[in-house]
Amino acid sequence: MSVVEIKDLTKRFDETTALQGIDLEIEPGEFVSLIGPSGCGKSTLLRIIGDLIQPTSGTASVNGKPARQARIDHDYGIVFQDAVLYDWRTVGKNIALPLELARWNRRRRVAKVNEMLDLVELTGFENHHPWQLSGGMQQRVAIARALSFDPSLLLMDEPFGALDEMTRERMNMELLRIWEASRSTVVFVTHSIAEAVFLSTRVVVMSPRPGRISSVITVDLPQPRTATTREEPRFFELVTDVREALHLGHDMEKTPA
Amino acid sequence: MTTTPTVVQPLPRGGMARLVGRGVTDWLPALVVFAVTIGLWEGLIRAFDVQEFLLPKPSAIATTFWDTRGELWSEGWFTFQEAFWGFVLGSGFAILVALVLARWRAVGAAFMPYAIAASAIPIIAFAPITNVWFSPLDKSSKISIVAVLCFFPVMVNTLRGLTSVNPRALELMESYAAGQVQIFRRVRIPTALPFIFTGLKVATVLAMIGAVVGEYFGGALNALGVQILQHARVAQFREAWAGILMACLLGISLYLAVAAIERLTLRWVPSTSE
Repeated sequence: MSVVEIKDLTKRFDETTALQGIDLEIEPGEFVSLIGPSGCGKSTLLRIIGDLIQPTSGTASVNGKPARQARIDHDYGIVFQDAVLYDWRTVGKNIALPLELARWNRRRRVAKVNEMLDLVELTGFENHHPWQLSGGMQQRVAIARALSFDPSLLLMDEPFGALDEMTRERMNMELLRIWEASRSTVVFVTHSIAEAVFLSTRVVVMSPRPGRISSVITVDLPQPRTATTREEPRFFELVTDVREALHLGHDMEKTPA
Repeated sequence: MTTTPTVVQPLPRGGMARLVGRGVTDWLPALVVFAVTIGLWEGLIRAFDVQEFLLPKPSAIATTFWDTRGELWSEGWFTFQEAFWGFVLGSGFAILVALVLARWRAVGAAFMPYAIAASAIPIIAFAPITNVWFSPLDKSSKISIVAVLCFFPVMVNTLRGLTSVNPRALELMESYAAGQVQIFRRVRIPTALPFIFTGLKVATVLAMIGAVVGEYFGGALNALGVQILQHARVAQFREAWAGILMACLLGISLYLAVAAIERLTLRWVPSTSE
């Protein structure tokens, strides 16, 4: 059974068509990146999968259920560009928030928070406040919080977009390690071609006005990815493929239909 | 008083809030300013032989204050109770109304323009009217005017705080399928707390003003405002100034009490927890 299944989906905001004719299936354990220029609807698509926005027509299902039911069942965790940590809660209590809402008892919460801190390598920071952490550390807390209740799906909306290049590359390695360890499925929105190729098993290239999927590129780089993956000839070939697909989508936009 | 802003950003902090709970070295500049001001006041009045009805010497005010401290305290306590209960009622009701307006936006959109317009009304002008509604001798005439005075800054600030939540923070709560009660309890109210305290601190100042000025329009004989007015009428300026000093001290105490509660409550705000 697919983790995500989108069929003939359309989203209109007033006059503009944000998404048109979207069909997409994502299998368990995949790491799928959505890439495209601003206005191609990639963040909108992510929010529809998370049932934070309703489609105009078509269906989105998660784990074989309507997206709404999947949200109620806590089937996914979400991470935004900003860490969106609650300043009045410590790191540990931020990670525990979804567990409190799901009515886990205190003992289970503490155990899980410790496990998550270990996963994102922030052990010892549980009593710190968010503003005492660097941007990269804050984003690791956000990831720990999103994974704390063991969702089968992780939705990420440009999670490393606000970080510097060095931190971003380190976070990419971290994320792959976490993905490996948690065996979850990831849908990852990004602007960066290199990031998409490095992380993903598949890259979904989107084009704007109206937002649609222009091509899907399977990334056949061997797992696990390492620091040297970025230096392999195949990596550069795939980066070129994605870049050309993006430009093709852009040219289609200019040609009158 | 018309210049008191009803909406004030909670950060950056400074002024009186900074004075609470700091070390002696932080207090020192303020103490020097205080000493210099009092010294200049005393010195200039002696040097130019200023008449007492214009401005008494600080030493004369202090002596009178000390000599009549018993009466001043009982009068002050009477007026402080009016200010305090008016502050509690007005602020409490304001927070409740803000919660309702934030929860049901349509209601909020319908009422907000009037609330903002009403906050510009010089509410103290109604004091003679509340003296008619309730007896002028009764505390409730002053409590009601103080409550109305305190209501607007607290309500406007609270509503601003409850609605200035990061939209991502709300999306996150939605992704956890959290209900409205959870969203208010865990996100909106904590976000609003610094704003609420800003409103409450404005209200403490208004509360003492409201009670004293309300008494100028008529009140019980053992009320501070009535005493200040009567002393001034019979040219007992030292006594009038001693009463004003008492009103200042009580007003500042109420402000500092709220500021102290703020510091204890908002330990997580970076600038309050150092």
